[in-house]
Amino acid sequence: MLEFLVEALRAAIPAGTPLLFGTLGEIYAERSGILNLGVEGMMIMGAVTGFSVALTTGNPWLGVLAAAIVGGLLSLIHAFVSITLRGNQVVSGLALTMFGVGLSGLLGRRFIGTPLPAQAKLVGIRIPVLSDLPILGPLFFQFDPLVYISILLVPIMWFILYKTKLGISIRSVGEDPATADAMGVNVFGIRYLCTFIGGVLAGVGGAYLSIVYTPSWIEGMTAGAGWIVIALTIFALWSPLRAILGAYLFGGVKVLQYRLQPLGISPNLLNTLPFILTILVLMAATREVMRRRIGAPSALGLPYSREEK
Amino acid sequence: MQIRLERRLLAPGWVRILTSAISLLLALLSIAVAFYIFGLDPLFAYKKIFIGSFGSLYGLSESLVKAIPLLLCGVGLAIAFKAQFWNIGAEGQLLMGALAATWVALFCPIELPSWAMLPVMFIAGFLAGAIWALIPALLRAKLRVNEVITTLMLVYVATEIVNYLVYGPWKGAREWGFPYSDRFPDSAIIPVISGTRIHYPTLILGLVVAVLAYFLLMRTKWGYEIRVTGDNPRAAEYAGIPYLRIALLVMLISGGLAGVAGVGEVAGIHGRLRYPQGISPGYGFTAIIVAWLAQLNPLVVILTSFLFGGLLVGGDALQVSMNLPVPTIQMFNGAILLFLVGGEILLRYRIVIRKGSQT
Repeated sequence: MLEFLVEALRAAIPAGTPLLFGTLGEIYAERSGILNLGVEGMMIMGAVTGFSVALTTGNPWLGVLAAAIVGGLLSLIHAFVSITLRGNQVVSGLALTMFGVGLSGLLGRRFIGTPLPAQAKLVGIRIPVLSDLPILGPLFFQFDPLVYISILLVPIMWFILYKTKLGISIRSVGEDPATADAMGVNVFGIRYLCTFIGGVLAGVGGAYLSIVYTPSWIEGMTAGAGWIVIALTIFALWSPLRAILGAYLFGGVKVLQYRLQPLGISPNLLNTLPFILTILVLMAATREVMRRRIGAPSALGLPYSREEK
Repeated sequence: MQIRLERRLLAPGWVRILTSAISLLLALLSIAVAFYIFGLDPLFAYKKIFIGSFGSLYGLSESLVKAIPLLLCGVGLAIAFKAQFWNIGAEGQLLMGALAATWVALFCPIELPSWAMLPVMFIAGFLAGAIWALIPALLRAKLRVNEVITTLMLVYVATEIVNYLVYGPWKGAREWGFPYSDRFPDSAIIPVISGTRIHYPTLILGLVVAVLAYFLLMRTKWGYEIRVTGDNPRAAEYAGIPYLRIALLVMLISGGLAGVAGVGEVAGIHGRLRYPQGISPGYGFTAIIVAWLAQLNPLVVILTSFLFGGLLVGGDALQVSMNLPVPTIQMFNGAILLFLVGGEILLRYRIVIRKGSQT
């Protein structure tokens, strides 16, 4: 039983890592007041870019870097439309997802069916001594570097958001941009920055899928992960600390899907699990938001301009 | 000289049309640039799209065929978006409609007389799409659960249910192992204009619905309440317009119409239930743009759905001749929508150019 649990947890963490990257990024974007529904599009573009660069250069880190840049650039499209042009954020984000999914198909057609060679993969690092510990070893000390980076990002991003001046600026811009503006905070700059961070992390999350988790390019391989990220952001109550919980929960469900399949349950019906769970989780999170009266940044989704109050 | 933006309340009609047209042109131009960068000849690509869609009688009829589901879904979405209810899940509602129609055609335990078959299928499709849409409406109105995510998640769920059925219990015995159901009986097939695939009863239904939807929105109390809820939710609350009623109403209509579109696809085009992408190449998503380009006016949706029907047909032609992957057309959709949203600043603001130095 213990062995089973360890094995399940071990599998859940990598499965949840793309979601963790994406959610951390979206938390920053939404904290600054920008709802970016383009996560799915940025993630899948990160996946195709990361894979193609890792394949051609043989260096997985260059792949991750390229994915981060592409994710960031795509997010700037959304930033321009929603911040500068004050367009509808729901529709703009949705459009970005469509655009990213379409473009990834076009860019990735050459790579379908090509596996990533061994040297271009990111493999688990074995931390000496610690990785040989029973139970704890496989559970904590044998993952690939990106898993550790994503885990490290959680306290760092929490600290920045709650304990630094930049964090106060981000939160104030998301809650009350007019007041923040009057206090001398650069509303547009902060919003651009946070949207960009969201794009970068979504890109990295996508690269994790195509370089580490399933080292290959499969059309539409994000399969809704970007949308689960949007839900996880609400589930996390816009806090990086709770993001990790949600990400690994969904990672666990993905593992459960594989585990239940041999029992003769239709894989198609099992595939609905994460999406049904998303709805349930969202219901629970929304209840909590209402009960504790904490919740979405007040200015989330609203464009800001100086002339109108 | 000084350029600034001034807020305006209502843009005149010519500005609205001009804005949409310019946005559309800019989107096509930017895609042309993208094609060029990827080493594809943009002129050739657009020629292919245009000739494939509007360049022949066959292309025109196919464009009309694809306009039918876009019209039905687009009219519904226009109503939902008018109330600022973000139904992103028309694709799933369409699939549920297709599923319900298949159940009536193949598995209904009651022997239906043949004259009743199609009407019952349409009603079942409407109800199934509506039920699929009412779940997010209830969750939103009762628990304030974000409808963008719930409607979209239900697309994935509907897709997997249809997959499960066509690969599993509903897989046809006479379909050589394809993920199709058996063919519908003749009484469950919607008639077409001979020589084409235009299943005209569904088309007529769509046109009637568009006109009715326009009158609902512009001439009735319910329509007024939908518009107030969308324009200013707080004012709607003070005016005593219950959000629950509006959410249920717009989702009943938009989900139901998407369901009807699904009936049209399985009973008018394929004559059987197929795997989800075989039923709809994303009509429910493309309909979002159709509605948006029409600036949520159901009558204009008639025009924009035909335009995008053409784009889909042309896109298919392009895909085949240039060997592009299926999702490429999504790129067009995304770019067009981005430009439309971005261009809307011209509807809400007036560009004022003042000569001379700043006052």
